[in-house]
Amino acid sequence: MRMTRMVAVAAVAALSLGIAACGGDDSDSGNDSSSGSKDFAAGSTMEKLNKAQKITIGTKFDQPGFGLKGLDGKPAGFDVEIGKLIADELGIADDKITWVETPSAVREEKIEKAEVDLVVATYTINDKRKERIDFAGPYYEAGQNILVKADDSSITGPDSFKAGDKKVCSVQGSTPATNIEKYLANKASQLVVFDVYQKCVDALTNGQVNAVTTDNVILLGFIARNEGKFKLAGENFTKEPYGIGLKKGDTAFRTFVNDTLDKIFKDGQWEKAWKDTAGKYVDETPTPPTINRY
Amino acid sequence: MSVLVDHFDVFASGFWLTFQLCLLSAVGALLMGTLGAVMRISPVPPLRWVGTAYVTVFRNCPLTIVFFFAAFGLPSLGSNADFLKIPGLDSLFTRLGIDLPYFRFGIIALSLYTGAFVCEAIRSGINAVSPGQAEAARAIGLTFTQNLRFVVLPQAWKAAIVPLGSVIIAMIKNSALAGFFGVVGDLSNGAQNLTSALGEPIIPVFVGVSIGFLIMTAPLGLLLDRIERRRTVAR
Repeated sequence: MRMTRMVAVAAVAALSLGIAACGGDDSDSGNDSSSGSKDFAAGSTMEKLNKAQKITIGTKFDQPGFGLKGLDGKPAGFDVEIGKLIADELGIADDKITWVETPSAVREEKIEKAEVDLVVATYTINDKRKERIDFAGPYYEAGQNILVKADDSSITGPDSFKAGDKKVCSVQGSTPATNIEKYLANKASQLVVFDVYQKCVDALTNGQVNAVTTDNVILLGFIARNEGKFKLAGENFTKEPYGIGLKKGDTAFRTFVNDTLDKIFKDGQWEKAWKDTAGKYVDETPTPPTINRY
Repeated sequence: MSVLVDHFDVFASGFWLTFQLCLLSAVGALLMGTLGAVMRISPVPPLRWVGTAYVTVFRNCPLTIVFFFAAFGLPSLGSNADFLKIPGLDSLFTRLGIDLPYFRFGIIALSLYTGAFVCEAIRSGINAVSPGQAEAARAIGLTFTQNLRFVVLPQAWKAAIVPLGSVIIAMIKNSALAGFFGVVGDLSNGAQNLTSALGEPIIPVFVGVSIGFLIMTAPLGLLLDRIERRRTVAR
């Protein structure tokens, strides 16, 4: 039983790669070009989505560079581009993608209830979350850093909070908020959490807190939007691999997404997506991470 | 449901903080409301205008907006609500005295907002006191303050206590918003942390939060019922 399933998975993977190769010629002329019917293993999620010609993807709507909903009502960013590339690989046109907002707190819930097919939402892979859902990827490796006012030299890294006199802000229920707790002398008097990072940045501007902490890419977005007001204090002090969340146990689909990521890492689409979105805030282009096929 | 046992400390400390916030805000709201009610019935027109303006603004603004102005408007004006760092009180309620002002901002927002409703509840109580009482008090030479202090307010309290209780129950429930405006570790913030950072399932966590709020609101409701029954008998 186990063997046949693995063979099926391998077959699906090979098939999808083969198809991808066929459609690869015209991929530069626009993302919609490869939409249409494709052959996937019968009964697989890929076949179901391809037949339906639509996919629902969860992303953030308030994350500059990754998923930010603009005035035109469409989200844009690196996560959104990754979502489009996967949909493309499934033979689904960009305009057939339904984007759903998935803030940090509801991501597992939305996947479990099958309200979304995929979640690409600055979603850090960790074991606790793997108990409820599965992750493909990572497709990017971020790291936690600290944002301070440009003229502040008293904070040099997370250890600066150990003395207990520096206050830090992060977002409710996020991994960075949990990570920074280790470095705090007194959580009650040093940590503030809000629902969105903009409020943290306001608190930093007004002086209620001395620092904002979260993944570097998010902080870079704020530095870029407030020229000269803020800077990063020190190096990244964690590794946050961003993965793509999908329904637990759907191994064939996970393998398919992993293969798609491998493909876009190699053919330059990943790099292009990065440079068009979040990469605008950073000088160097990162190297694609290694996919973790657990 | 195991989350209720595994993370009992989160719920217990969250309950304790929410309780502190509610207690202090209730005191603040009763003070603000009584002051507002006295202003609204005072013989001095400008005071009446101030009282009416206060009630109109705060009763008609969504609480979220009031919280927003407290948590982000006050800092822009350069205030960290340091006047609430009351010596003595801040050793009992440790959150009052710390550098981070969001607990104090929460108290300000809840007090101002609920105060408007308290004001109207007390005013309706005052209106329930028969006009003859105030007239008689004036006739024997009591001043406006004496009249309120010794004749009108003691009777008004009795008529107002049940609507006041409902207002305070509403306030306790409203205090859940504080966790979304920078107060760390209260019931709603603790729940948020459990569900998203630690990935606990939402429904059991929210059952726990509901229990926390019910522990505060249900006895208060029962107490009000009792007071009401007693009053009917007394009549």
